[in-house]
Amino acid sequence: MKNKYSIFSLIKNAFSGHENWQRTWSDATPKKEYDAIIIGGGGHGLATAYYLAKKHKMNNIAVVEKGWIGGGNTGRNTTIIRSNYLWDASAGLYDHALKIWEGLSQELNYNVMFSQRGVMNLAHNLQDVRDLKRRTHANRLNGIDAVWLNTEEVKKFCPIINTSPNIRYPVLGGTLQKRAGTARHDAVAWGYARGADQMGVDIIQNCEVKGIKRIGDKIEGIETTKGFIKTNKIGVVAAGHSSVIANMVGMRLPLESKPLQALVSEPVKPIIDTVVMSNAVHAYVSQSDKGELVIGAGTDSYISYTQKGSHNVVEETLRAILELYPIFSRMKMLRQWGGIVDICPDASPIISKTQIKGLYFNCGWGTGGFKATPGSGDLFAHTIANDEPHKLNSSFNLNRFVSGDLVDEHGAAAVAH
Amino acid sequence: MFLINCPYCGERDQSEFSCGGEAHIERPKQPTELSDDQWAEYLFMRKNVKGIQFERWNHIHGCRKWFNVARDTSNDKIHAVYKMGERPPIK
Amino acid sequence: MSKNLRINKNKFIDQTARILFKFNGKKLYGHKGDTLASALLANNIHLVGRSFKYHRPRGIMTCGSEEPNAIVQIGNDPALTDPNVRATEIELYDGLEAFSQNCWPSVNFDIGGINNFLSPLLPAGFYYKTFMWPASFWEKYEFFIRHSAGLGKSPNKPDLDLYDHQYAHCDVLVIGGGISGILSAKLSAEKGLNTILVDDKNNLGGSTLYQDDNAFKINNENSNIWLNKQIEDLKKLPNLTIKKRTSVAAFHAYNYLLARENLTDHLSLHERKNKIRQRLWKIRAKKVVIATGAIERPLIFSNNDRPGIILSSSIKKYIDYYGVKTGENVSLFTNNDSAYEAAISLNKSGVKVKVIIDIRENPNSVLTEKIEKAGIKILKGYTVIDTNGYKRIKSFDVKKLSKDGGSVVGEKITYTCDCLGISGGWTPMVHLFTQSGGKLKFRNSDNVFIPDENKIPSEQISVGSSNGDFELDDVVNNTIKSIMVFLKLDKSNYEQLNIECSKEKQKRNIWLLPSDKPMSKTKPFLDFQNDSTAKDVKLALREGFKSIEHVKRYTTTGMGTDQGKLSNMHALGIIADTTGTNMGELGTTTFRPPYTPLTFGAIVGRNVGEFFDHTRRTAIHNWHVENKAEFENVGQWKRPWYFPKNGETMNQAVQRESKAARESAGILDASTLGKIDLQGEDASEFLNRVYTNAWSKLAIGKCRYGLMLNEDGMVYDDGVTTRLGENHYIMTTTTGGAANVLTKLEDYLQTEWPDLNVYLTSVTDQYSTMSICGPNSKKIIKKIIPNLDLSDDNFPHMSFKNSKIDNVNCRIMRISFTGEHSYEINVQSNFALNVWEKCMEAGKEFNITPYGTETMHLLRAEKGFIITGQDTDGTLTPSDLQMDWIIGKKKYDFIGKRSLYRSDTIREDRKQFIGLLTDDPKEVLEEGAQLVESLEKPIEMLGHVTSSYFSPNLNKSIALAVVKSGKKLKGKKLIVPMENKNINVTITDTVFYDKENKRLNA
Repeated sequence: MKNKYSIFSLIKNAFSGHENWQRTWSDATPKKEYDAIIIGGGGHGLATAYYLAKKHKMNNIAVVEKGWIGGGNTGRNTTIIRSNYLWDASAGLYDHALKIWEGLSQELNYNVMFSQRGVMNLAHNLQDVRDLKRRTHANRLNGIDAVWLNTEEVKKFCPIINTSPNIRYPVLGGTLQKRAGTARHDAVAWGYARGADQMGVDIIQNCEVKGIKRIGDKIEGIETTKGFIKTNKIGVVAAGHSSVIANMVGMRLPLESKPLQALVSEPVKPIIDTVVMSNAVHAYVSQSDKGELVIGAGTDSYISYTQKGSHNVVEETLRAILELYPIFSRMKMLRQWGGIVDICPDASPIISKTQIKGLYFNCGWGTGGFKATPGSGDLFAHTIANDEPHKLNSSFNLNRFVSGDLVDEHGAAAVAH
Repeated sequence: MFLINCPYCGERDQSEFSCGGEAHIERPKQPTELSDDQWAEYLFMRKNVKGIQFERWNHIHGCRKWFNVARDTSNDKIHAVYKMGERPPIK
Repeated sequence: MSKNLRINKNKFIDQTARILFKFNGKKLYGHKGDTLASALLANNIHLVGRSFKYHRPRGIMTCGSEEPNAIVQIGNDPALTDPNVRATEIELYDGLEAFSQNCWPSVNFDIGGINNFLSPLLPAGFYYKTFMWPASFWEKYEFFIRHSAGLGKSPNKPDLDLYDHQYAHCDVLVIGGGISGILSAKLSAEKGLNTILVDDKNNLGGSTLYQDDNAFKINNENSNIWLNKQIEDLKKLPNLTIKKRTSVAAFHAYNYLLARENLTDHLSLHERKNKIRQRLWKIRAKKVVIATGAIERPLIFSNNDRPGIILSSSIKKYIDYYGVKTGENVSLFTNNDSAYEAAISLNKSGVKVKVIIDIRENPNSVLTEKIEKAGIKILKGYTVIDTNGYKRIKSFDVKKLSKDGGSVVGEKITYTCDCLGISGGWTPMVHLFTQSGGKLKFRNSDNVFIPDENKIPSEQISVGSSNGDFELDDVVNNTIKSIMVFLKLDKSNYEQLNIECSKEKQKRNIWLLPSDKPMSKTKPFLDFQNDSTAKDVKLALREGFKSIEHVKRYTTTGMGTDQGKLSNMHALGIIADTTGTNMGELGTTTFRPPYTPLTFGAIVGRNVGEFFDHTRRTAIHNWHVENKAEFENVGQWKRPWYFPKNGETMNQAVQRESKAARESAGILDASTLGKIDLQGEDASEFLNRVYTNAWSKLAIGKCRYGLMLNEDGMVYDDGVTTRLGENHYIMTTTTGGAANVLTKLEDYLQTEWPDLNVYLTSVTDQYSTMSICGPNSKKIIKKIIPNLDLSDDNFPHMSFKNSKIDNVNCRIMRISFTGEHSYEINVQSNFALNVWEKCMEAGKEFNITPYGTETMHLLRAEKGFIITGQDTDGTLTPSDLQMDWIIGKKKYDFIGKRSLYRSDTIREDRKQFIGLLTDDPKEVLEEGAQLVESLEKPIEMLGHVTSSYFSPNLNKSIALAVVKSGKKLKGKKLIVPMENKNINVTITDTVFYDKENKRLNA
């Protein structure tokens, strides 16, 4: 057992000059064979490994990551966590995750700084109002704590929003989920890595998958930059690169990988204490504990693996920000970056078996995967361990694109894609 | 912001264009003959290439013509531009 | 404090004019040409702010955009205050008010300073390890963390300043106005290329501008004098644009660059009036020359962060450019020759340098010998091991370095000082190069990352010290050589330059300098703003964070407002040393735009407020305004929502309008509906393919309603299309869908069916549409167009006539979205207002009532007509809408047809469109409310209310909804569970009013 983190361990280690802290996780070199391999060391992949070891007692497993863990969308997103989705299937999935978030720091003994500061989605036209009310009602009946706020209540909850009726698209109300909020993205990857590592999971960084070996419809192992590793089960959690992995077995997925950008401002003293998202005036913003405004921009319309997007997307986003928060005009953009998001046609994820035995995909999270990290890991672990989906992810199968039973959540993501 | 060489208008800023995704996915001539699986392939499944991708762009704020572009999605370099109905000039 | 450290001779600072400014409320004076930092230093003020985490006193460390410490709040007007402004960049103006940040109650006495004593408990990442108990308390801890974090304060009133955008296209963009930039721009412009030169300072020339020493000569002149002549020549070149105070923020692919020009931040408040504050240049350059220079590195030793510790090159600039002494008891600490340049400047200004600590054993160069001859003491092979003084450095301790540089030996020597200049070598500014996609290579000899000439992503070149040339002769000669190749020049005037300069003889680098104390007792700062130390980096490595990105994120090194310009190289070096890796293999963290922070205002430009989005108004808009309409935003359109009279509420107005439309006559401005003109011999076939129903047999002069699907089989748009001629149709779309429908149709036409001869033209703006409905509509039309035969035989429902109103051509369609007898008049938009007024005049006797979108929605709901986007949400098929009749069964194919026969789309228990009546006829349901059969948990939601109104014509509440298996459930009781009550409803038919459609021909 590694050292347990607490204020006491901090004090104790302070006396020894912090020389005696143990590794958060160890860098493993690949063994010859594993019972299962997770491709992709982001939050979802690490969480999958963690729950495979913890709940399904699969300890001889590995996570292979081509770069550094948490370096993809886990470390690039705007850290919003909420579960106020429209459809039952989505609400079930995301609220499952939210419930895990609520005890995650304690479970991992790693402070992921899950902060339930509330997430408010604004309505700017009459159809927005109908859609968000519909969602609020559905949420309430699904046991999700969403409430509808009129314009005055929106203003009261977040006083810096410009709720003047004279702006181009005035705020007509909004839906608020108070249990929603933000978390520290890097900590999620590191906390899960530490937890998984403690249970014997091998975390192998700088190990790129080059091929998947199979005999017939059965998985045999993976070819990597660190050699061949034998396994019969592969869980692919490669986000933007899912299609690249699928291509290794001649599969195509209903995905497009597009640039999604985000930016932060210079840090300032607390000015906004919640998360506000707007769909019609496309902007969402929160403030990090460090004081930076964290702003999510939109996706570009083209596929790109460059982790760079177009400037006009950033410009449009900030235009929307200034429309809703004209006080931010003199704030300065400190840093701007992009991620590669794998988008499904129905804006819902895939957590699914495939036609190839032992090959599982967890992808298609599009612009909103971070919030689902713990739930996604838990359900994917269940799916891999049992070769059968959990009922909470049974709707998110690949076959829905054949049958037509889509889970259309376009309205739920504040990103026009 | 790419600089895209519209085959009808010449080089223009990317903001004048919109991307229509993967090219050369022909709409099935006889959809009714297809199985659900085959139809889903046409409808939803994409190569989503990392590397040279052949894709459709529309000069939507210009001549409004659709055309094809061969672009490397790993670095966004455009290697060729060609008209609808033409075969890709590169591999 | 009140000491004046100004040197009375300087050509860059206008000492004849005093400028009054305030710092933390205290009145001080500076001069035109000063930055806030130089003015503060002239007043002997070093302590400017407090650090982020430990609240340690911090002073001015640099003279440029890399400044990590001296960042202040400017102004206190809540609309115009600027947080986090670097004192080293802001030019002094009359009345400037600056405040220290992140300290309370004052920068001199800051309660947060207690964190400094708690620092052993606050190592990197401490927050990941604690604040977890009790579980519910994180937000309470977080409150305090949030309030102690942050730096300056955001404005809390809307900005009053204006920002601007401008596009620029050029042959060559030169970034940086130092000597290499000047020479590049000159060569380019002389060749006749359209050239833009940008520099972030207010004066061109870079550091050569004030390099006034005979150790640096070009063609027998001191380098500053020679350069000045080049600048004077440069200004005369016709095809060169020089942009000062302009900083390139981002270098994107395809040579697309963003540069921010500061236009007023250096002006006094009254001079700023009515001027644009900043302009964002969007530059598309055929070729780019990066000449952004290099930044001097600090040295990493214990307590290297005290006010009074300044980069040696900055000391030099404060003396030589600003005429300000940074102290009177100055020593220097270095690993290279740069500090000796500062020593020369200090010496000339009358400040005797007490000692130069040089970690090199044998630095002997022209420069060091010059200093030795001047009688300045040099301790070779020594290092500073610690410093003392809380709010200002008072002394420093020195020891001899061991041979391997890993430890210190011998006796400690202590020197008093009030300023210590430090120099750790130079870091080329490769930010823009890497932003553009360029890859770096590592040069071991002097530990720099420089552009890899084999991995340049576009037509660009890096020159001067940003390309790793640090000696004057290399800078000039290599710049000229490479620019000649880059711009394909045959000759230049600069090929025979005679350059004299000192050459550095010995190099020695130690990323983390040793101390005589154990590591844990030292405070060697790396990232001064974020308070991360070398210890933190080592802790991160011990804890298994090995990737440079992990270390950065765990320790927050390089994440301050300077984005690691000073700290990143040392962090890398320490990681490399600790892990035994070569720095070149480690690589750097990603350099993300912008190069320096960029105001949101500049990024957005004018596109705020009324210019946030286009506003589309119909030709009749002004009439609506005059008649007190309330407007609804539909897409970009402003549509009249309702027309309240005499203080009516919306509900009252809508009830009145709805009744009037059914009882006599109503008029609606329907101009916003999309209109697409289709012409060509294959127009009918095209319609067959895009709509679900059949079109070939539609007679000329007839209208037909069409439903358009996506390929996934879901309803996408709808509208009435009229056949104007054999090969000529006019299609209407929904208001919000117009542009997308046209794009989609063009897509099919151009890419799937290029064999079809059809032309599509949007005529939405060209034609205005007004719809007159109600039992008296016929009489009104008759009055306006007396010669038109309005009989049902001649002009039946779903047909059209060409006609004239006052000699104006118009198309009259007899179509109805209300179920009433109605006419739609389409006229050229410039005549629309006249025609509308004529209708109003003619309808006066029938109390013709203008109505808005709300009444339109109500009237169509009474008839059970759908509104796509309101009653549909992209998940409903025509069959789900009970519109199976509109699917051309005999049609071989149409867009979306195949999807209608998938296993999920043929399910019988899909959500289907139905009507609802509330048990209490006065109870109006909320649109969006859910429908359930039972309240037993878990509650199963069967569907939701899509449209709901109180119908004045039926005198009861009506609603439309989608419900699972709804088609079969007519008469079934359901519950609408609201927050505070449950409403009982019954499923009905979707048509509530005039089920027999008698009124169409009434």
